Amino acid sequence: MNLTLEIWRQEGPNTKGRFEKYKVEANEHMSFLEMLDVLNEDLIAQKRQPVSFEHDCREGICGTCSMVINGKPHGPMKATTACQLHMRHFKEGQTITIEPWRARAFPLIKDLVVDRSSFDRIIEAGGYVSVNTGQAPDGNSIPVEEQDSVDAFDAATCIGCGACVAACPNASAMLFTAAKVSHLAKLPQGRVEADERASKMVAQMDKEGFGMCSNTGACSAECPKEISLDNIAKLNREYLHASLADA
Amino acid sequence: MQLNANIPEGELKEKWQSYRSSMKLVAPNNKRKLEVIVVGTGLAGASAAATLGELGYSVKAYTFHDSPRRAHSIAAQGGINAAKNYQNDGDSVYRLFYDTIKGGDYRSREANVYRLAEVSTEIIDQAVAQGVPFAREYGGLLANRSFGGVQVSRTFYARGQTGQQLLLGAYQALERQVANGNVKLFNRHEMLDVVIKDDKARGIITRNLVTGELQRHGAHAVVLATGGYGNVYYLSTNAMNCNVSAAWRAVKRGALMANPSFCQIHPTCIPVSGSYQSKLTLMSESLRNDGRVWVPKSKEDVQKIREGSLEPSHIKEEDRDYYLERRYPAFGNLVPRDVASRAAKTVCDEGYGVNQSGLAVFLDFSSAIERYGKAEAHSQGISNPSDEKITELGEKVVEKKYGNLFEMYEKIKGDNPYKTPMMIYPAIHYTMGGLWVDYNLQTNVPGLFAMGEANFSDHGANRLGASALMQGLADGYFVIPYTIGTFLADEINTPAMDIEAEEFQQTEADVRQRIETLMNVDGSKSVESFHRELGLLIWDYCGMSRNEKGLKTALEKVRALRKEYYENVYVPGKAKDYNPELEKATRVADFMELAEIMILDALDREESCGGHFREEYQTEEGEALRRDDEYAYVAAWKWSDDLDHELIKENLTFDNVELKTRSYK
Repeated sequence: MNLTLEIWRQEGPNTKGRFEKYKVEANEHMSFLEMLDVLNEDLIAQKRQPVSFEHDCREGICGTCSMVINGKPHGPMKATTACQLHMRHFKEGQTITIEPWRARAFPLIKDLVVDRSSFDRIIEAGGYVSVNTGQAPDGNSIPVEEQDSVDAFDAATCIGCGACVAACPNASAMLFTAAKVSHLAKLPQGRVEADERASKMVAQMDKEGFGMCSNTGACSAECPKEISLDNIAKLNREYLHASLADA
Repeated sequence: MQLNANIPEGELKEKWQSYRSSMKLVAPNNKRKLEVIVVGTGLAGASAAATLGELGYSVKAYTFHDSPRRAHSIAAQGGINAAKNYQNDGDSVYRLFYDTIKGGDYRSREANVYRLAEVSTEIIDQAVAQGVPFAREYGGLLANRSFGGVQVSRTFYARGQTGQQLLLGAYQALERQVANGNVKLFNRHEMLDVVIKDDKARGIITRNLVTGELQRHGAHAVVLATGGYGNVYYLSTNAMNCNVSAAWRAVKRGALMANPSFCQIHPTCIPVSGSYQSKLTLMSESLRNDGRVWVPKSKEDVQKIREGSLEPSHIKEEDRDYYLERRYPAFGNLVPRDVASRAAKTVCDEGYGVNQSGLAVFLDFSSAIERYGKAEAHSQGISNPSDEKITELGEKVVEKKYGNLFEMYEKIKGDNPYKTPMMIYPAIHYTMGGLWVDYNLQTNVPGLFAMGEANFSDHGANRLGASALMQGLADGYFVIPYTIGTFLADEINTPAMDIEAEEFQQTEADVRQRIETLMNVDGSKSVESFHRELGLLIWDYCGMSRNEKGLKTALEKVRALRKEYYENVYVPGKAKDYNPELEKATRVADFMELAEIMILDALDREESCGGHFREEYQTEEGEALRRDDEYAYVAAWKWSDDLDHELIKENLTFDNVELKTRSYK
């Protein structure tokens, strides 16, 4: 299949970016990133600059790949990261636009690559259980209701890719933060620090320059791991509880 | 050179306990003054950095990723073993030890493996306390499943994302120490050399991957947790950026590479679909709990399937060859990985492969769906359920167990594995070989330690499923935090490293030179094309089966390819810039050298064991023929720039298990 790509090119954070047009020949069995590999090999053969994009596991779990494809984070397929997206979902002759995540808290590094270390700092603010190695009691000493465990797991499957931020008109990191707060709050092991965790993580999220949540739900709709909006409700509850406990 | 594994005296069962109670300690006030560099933030690196930070050491952690959470440990699917015996099915520390030694085809160290089995139980406790959401039974207690090569259920799991959940636990523990100021985290920093001063590892040189700047970092000890080298094969289940460079740089500075030819080929991966393919995707071994592996008995059916004129589900039960169940009745579909992989190769070599390239077999869930469907109907009190109802109920059970894997398969192949069997083929997945370490996980270079997949110590010639997560976390949480003290206790009077010292300056200059050399070639072939070529060569001659003639050919070809690399590679962009092509170029340069040592190791080992199958050494039935009298040793290789590499042997002694021919029949 013959495709036209319109790709965002930008040398660095302080230079002006622009879309550039490329032609590429792909086949329907390729993954989207393999199609970009083909383009880059072609550019290298012509001694032109390849397109910088981030990727690693290429099986949808590391959360590294991050690009807006035809206006949607990770492209058109539901619950699919860009690396798991295959070309059979595109048509012969189609034009595809590819852009980086755009958010103040994700400064651009080059082309499609952005800096997402603000997510690490949100986790650093409290996204953990304070237990040192060696302090743990036997794994079966505290039974956990199966449903709680499943809910915690579902929230914990967030891959930290940032699609939620890229999808949100306010560039809010609410779903990412909520997923961690909710994962740990659901489990007895994480309950102890729940109040403190919610307030500290929310404070850090604000400090990083992420926008406010206005409940559009775009984050969850575009999330490749289908992290539920319920987590945001849960975060709001936890946060309110923490605020009242503080007062 | 003589290798000393420093195995403590005493009974196997008491070694670790008594060693731990008698080893040198570093007092808390001194820990603060001691700096430790940890390179890599996967399961081993993150757990070690976090734990060393908790203990009060001054830790610096490095990752080339943008975040520690991206390390490829994240992709481990199936689970983590632990000798908890929660299922009351006869498991014990000894049994896990025994299974691991036997599974590794008697090419690992008894003492290290016993310690691994011992601390396995603590890992589960630790992970649960961190909030890792393991699968649970309705009663709220932890669930288990079985993996290949064992007859007990000791694998703990979090759906098909166990690695992700364990890594997030370790990552969060690490971030907690970053917040506390005990760990300084350097993301997007790639280690490009290790600095040796007065014969001890005292620092590293990194390249800041955003700016391209080279930087010197000093410490009292350096710990490498940088994973395996499976990407030498180009196509593997490893992530695209996995590489050998940190370990290889250590080798170039005098560390030894042990058993480099021991590579694990995983039997259940999605087959290759085309020449543009960038990586292979694993389908978890846990699927073999319920999936049955088969090919058609007749070549006519094979042909029809390849043409697409026959649906696999229409082939009758009696016309299918469930070759694993036939050849290995005791373990059936749950034979270890090396055995399952070779069996798949055999049927495909005989012409029974079921896709167009002839390199695929079926993994079929229809029996499991029927079995679970009937059980579910019974428990719901449905009498005389229809076939449709059984299928519907059975699919639900299978979805609950393996849903995400089935989805992943469907995304990649475009086929629905609930309705038609998966197609699978073996692929490189893990490397048992790695840096030689002693019982303390210290390499032969004092102050340089290696953990997790980066070392060679625990899996012998074949790793059992769900044991990589176990080893990474055992090393990081429960071994290195103690054993590093045996080195650091003598360093309490050593001041902080002066990174202006000559050794640091010189090592940085060496790295700069290597980068300039690659940038200046300005040839006409991309790094990627060289990598592909190298991978194919190693796969063909040093992959699932090897022979003397092929290995000798491969050695010549690898040397020629390496020469061509430095004459004709093209690296675009600038050295002092964000430049992924340059990152690849330095990594592929190191793979080119590693490949040589792998081939030599495979040539030296004139026996078949685990993942290493030499065609000259097989039984009449085609099973691996191990030669314990001559080859019960660890082969540790010392690199020499004039290509006169030295093999140093560490003889393995087995006092607690009897060496037997591994049989899964």
